[in-house]
Amino acid sequence: MNKRPWYLRMLLSAGPMVGALATAIGLWYAVSYLVLSDDRRFMLPPPHQVIRTSLLDPVHLQPMLDALALSVRVAVVGLVIAVVLGVTQAVVMVQTTWLERALYPYAVILQTVPILALVPLLGIWFGYGFSSRVVVCVIISLFPMISNTLFGLQSPTAAAHDLFTLNKATRWQRLVKLQLPAAVPAIFGGLRISAGLSVIGAIVGDTFFRQGLVGIGGLLDIYTARLQTEDLFTAIGLASVFGVAFFTVFATLDRIIVGRWYGVVRR
Amino acid sequence: MKTLVMEEVSKTFPTGTVALTGVDLIVAAGDFVSVVGPSGCGKSTLLRLAAGLDDVTAGRIQVEATSTSYVFQEPTLLEWRTALANVELVGELRGVPKAERKERAREAFDLVGLTGFEKQFPRQLSGGMRMRVSIARSLVAEPELALFDEPFGALDEITRLRMQTELQRLFQLKAFAGLFITHSIPEAVYLSNRVLVMSGRPGRIVADFNVPWAYPRPPELRYETEFTALTGAVSAALGDHS
Ligand SMILES: Nc1ncnc2c1ncn2[C@@H]1O[C@H](COP(=O)(O)OP(=O)(O)OP(=O)(O)O)[C@@H](O)[C@H]1O
Ligand SMILES: [Mg+2]
Repeated sequence: MNKRPWYLRMLLSAGPMVGALATAIGLWYAVSYLVLSDDRRFMLPPPHQVIRTSLLDPVHLQPMLDALALSVRVAVVGLVIAVVLGVTQAVVMVQTTWLERALYPYAVILQTVPILALVPLLGIWFGYGFSSRVVVCVIISLFPMISNTLFGLQSPTAAAHDLFTLNKATRWQRLVKLQLPAAVPAIFGGLRISAGLSVIGAIVGDTFFRQGLVGIGGLLDIYTARLQTEDLFTAIGLASVFGVAFFTVFATLDRIIVGRWYGVVRR
Repeated sequence: MKTLVMEEVSKTFPTGTVALTGVDLIVAAGDFVSVVGPSGCGKSTLLRLAAGLDDVTAGRIQVEATSTSYVFQEPTLLEWRTALANVELVGELRGVPKAERKERAREAFDLVGLTGFEKQFPRQLSGGMRMRVSIARSLVAEPELALFDEPFGALDEITRLRMQTELQRLFQLKAFAGLFITHSIPEAVYLSNRVLVMSGRPGRIVADFNVPWAYPRPPELRYETEFTALTGAVSAALGDHS
């Protein structure tokens, strides 16, 4: 249908984004040089200075990459635990209504409790290092897994359940041949949301629990305290790239798997 | 031999809705019985009771069949399975050994004229083809009693007529007893050797028509004056009681 060559199409689709970026950088320079006086320029150092003194300087960059690697580990471990816990809890809840009624409210409460209120307790239970950061990550990213999986498990129609009843299906057969396969798209949808949240969880967990190796969230605090704004900007940039990359991986996974699930390859 | 007997069957739902009162019904071996009735009169309920999907409030149901099949109003296919895999499901659930269930699924699949569409997913099939998959799935259980809940209700007229011819061929071939729910009087008359008319809710059987013509019935039968006279009589009985 589209007769334009691919590079033109790409330019057209990327154009607005590139334009917005250029505008943002222009604004950035304007604020750095026109709004801020020399002695206050540290509040928003110009882009080239951020790149030169921070991003391109291995002495500054290396600790950030190390911290980022740690945060990625926290996010991945947290996400894996959230997925396993979330799917398991949903499977348990879908077995009987009373289990759902018993457990769902607590899933909601867990989601609404401010993490800050749990920090002291988590510290006592899990220490102030890696484990607690992972726990924060799990708490933040768990709910979408539970609610999405539950929604998916409950999606088969009454007629589909009748079909299984008529063929004397066991509870296990109903779960693995009807409910879980029906839930696959919803589970991947939940995974996509939880992946984004696990990145936030990893960074938030970092800022609360500071023992051991420092994560990217911890670095942000350190840079703020030392007024190393160039490094602060680079670290924020890296954290954002991390978030976007993590989200993209799972969004792509979602598209590929769910696209194939019903035999339709989406384009 | 009587495949299905219902005696004085009543069904009241916990919500207080009285769906059926005093339904008497017999489907003998070799019978193909249709039930017509106004919407909401309890036809689906009747079928669910016959299938054992729900319990009667009063009365008795007796089924003498080694296997009962059920075709739902919607095709009710598992969207993540290919057409053939949907047909294989029944064997999987019933624990039929793999080789045998594949062969039986294959046979039923070919029987409904789907050869060549094995690997298609439900979304890639037309409405008529999906219903064929659903019918093939019901056939693999080798039913002696086959229950149908308005299976062709959602199909266009041309597809519907073709499916009627196919179904007639199938029950001649497989020799199952059938209980068939429909909204369409010509469909009921064309397919069945007996047509039962239900009253509005609470449903009762208010008329019982014998359909004389031998099977297989040619599609042109629908235009014969005797045929239209019979559909007219059924229609009148339905009108009197709704
Ligand atoms: N599980 C249920 N709980 C309560 N009421 C029900 C239930 N199932 C059906 N009913 C009621 O029983 C009556 C008969 O329903 P049924 O589905 O058997 O009608 P039907 O004749 O099949 O209708 P249609 O032709 O529209 O499919 C309706 O009034 C319906 O609302
Ligand atoms: Mg119905």
